[in-house]
Amino acid sequence: MLKDFFTKSKKKYATIPSENGKQEVPEGILTKCPNCKKIMYSKECIKNLKVCSHCGYHHPMNSQERIDSFLDEQSFQELNGDMVSGNPLQFPGYEDKLEKDRQKTNLNDAVKTGIGKVSGMKVVVAIMDPTFRMGSMGSVVGEKITRAIEKAHELSVPFIIFTASGGARMQEGALSLMQMAKTSVALKRLSDQGGLFISIMTHPTTGGVSASFASLGDYNFAEPGALIGFAGKRVIEQTIREELPEDFQTSEFQLKHGQLDAIISRSELKDQLTTILDIHQPKGVVEW
Amino acid sequence: MVGEFQFEKPILELKQKISDLKDFTKSAEVDLSSEIEKLEIRLTKLEKDIYSNITPWDRVQIARHPNRPTTLDYISRLFTDFFECHGDRTFGDDEAIVGGIAKFKGLPITIIGHQRGKDTKENIRRNFGMPHPEGYRKALRLMKQADKFNRPIICFIDTKGAYPGKSAEERGQSEAIARNLFEMGGFTVPIVCIVIGEGGSGGALALGVGNHIFMLENSTYSVISPEGAASILWKDSGQAKKAAESMKITAPDLKKLKVIDDIIPEVKGGAHKDVDEQAAEIEKVLVRSLKELTMMDKEALVVHRYEKFKNIGEVSFLKDYIEVH
Repeated sequence: MLKDFFTKSKKKYATIPSENGKQEVPEGILTKCPNCKKIMYSKECIKNLKVCSHCGYHHPMNSQERIDSFLDEQSFQELNGDMVSGNPLQFPGYEDKLEKDRQKTNLNDAVKTGIGKVSGMKVVVAIMDPTFRMGSMGSVVGEKITRAIEKAHELSVPFIIFTASGGARMQEGALSLMQMAKTSVALKRLSDQGGLFISIMTHPTTGGVSASFASLGDYNFAEPGALIGFAGKRVIEQTIREELPEDFQTSEFQLKHGQLDAIISRSELKDQLTTILDIHQPKGVVEW
Repeated sequence: MVGEFQFEKPILELKQKISDLKDFTKSAEVDLSSEIEKLEIRLTKLEKDIYSNITPWDRVQIARHPNRPTTLDYISRLFTDFFECHGDRTFGDDEAIVGGIAKFKGLPITIIGHQRGKDTKENIRRNFGMPHPEGYRKALRLMKQADKFNRPIICFIDTKGAYPGKSAEERGQSEAIARNLFEMGGFTVPIVCIVIGEGGSGGALALGVGNHIFMLENSTYSVISPEGAASILWKDSGQAKKAAESMKITAPDLKKLKVIDDIIPEVKGGAHKDVDEQAAEIEKVLVRSLKELTMMDKEALVVHRYEKFKNIGEVSFLKDYIEVH
């Protein structure tokens, strides 16, 4: 029959690349700088601490990249890593959002805390991660930072924080607001005991985080070009109905207005931190 | 009627009916006293029903009532010898925060509070009760003075929030708020905070790190205004009512969450209905609170405040978390 003649030659399957094959397709080899639009090899970019070699733009870093960038290799020991948030207000959809970010980032909340070493000097660190719920502060962030401060107090070592946060986490309402007080009061206690606290603000540091621990360092630093401020730019523009200067609420603006000791680029950070930590080491006997 | 709320309408209508009947009995030769009595019983029940089932959004409306008593209204009723102090000694005097020294039943105290205006002119002068950095810094100066002279500090909280403006950012509003939280953690005198109206975000908290925190029954305390929350969460500030409900900003909710110590009962229908009576309610609570706190020694007060804030928040650990879910 004529029909059979045609079906015989028909291919009954299609060739689909295997899962493994798919992953072999190179992805993310190149990174485009959002500031100067120039392209860099991703590997080169990471080697350069995620700073654009053309214009000096500081790409955002997640907490692990940050740890690798300034702590001595293998020195980081995480504290309270398995602390997680509940849904104290029974806020609709909050648990799903948390779960989604946990899957996406492999983190349990928006801050990583622990003990580590900078050029051999022991420190307690807290590193906020902007990839988890925009680095927002709820009960877990407040509690982990407070426990880290207490740990620094207990060990009599300096406390260093890298902030990156959109502010208080709305889904925890007033509990988030109170974390501002909790962390600040803990810093006061550390300070009264002579403890050293260094705050390094990275992009973005806004709202409740900028109005609590971020601004309370014995030394306040920022990365170049970071957004730092309390009220959102859009809110301010709507309130006062006037154009804001271009550098409004940047690190450079904050330095100009007396809120920062210095702007330090990523490549110099470890050296500068080493200098400051060294000056604050327990004094030996000086032979005059 | 101006300044009355929708949810109160049945009460007002019934009240009107009763007064009409009373007028009628006066002019006509009819005895309606039994009817009036019945209606009055109904009114009591209705008032109880309505005011005990008040929604969070109703409370937001009451807290924002233009005639709601302000810090200065309470100062003149609760304290004697009030002497207002001005200026942060650095930049200027922010009239959105008032503060000074006074006596409470003979005890010297320092009183500080946000101050709204009652009319447009005063609101402009006081920036609608939204402080600039110099306001927080004035407050801090007065608190340090209180600490030095061993006077308890009483703070009245009543602000929509910190002022979202260019000038406030330029003068370091983040740092000014943060500094207050930090320093309030270390004062060795009792600090009592009372939310009397709206407690909005960092601007409110900057006067809020106390040993005791109370809220008037119809006041609110939140991380952001319901409108702000709605516009961020759902890109629609019209959903403020929904936000007010989900954010748990009322006194009963915050007592459950252990953010505040206690609720100060309000005059039926809101503090604006009888300021004197409301001041008397606040006085009772202040007496109780100060009696307890002035017994504590300096170090104990600092530890008490530390522990209080240390315990706010809800966290769990992953192991438990897996078991629960």
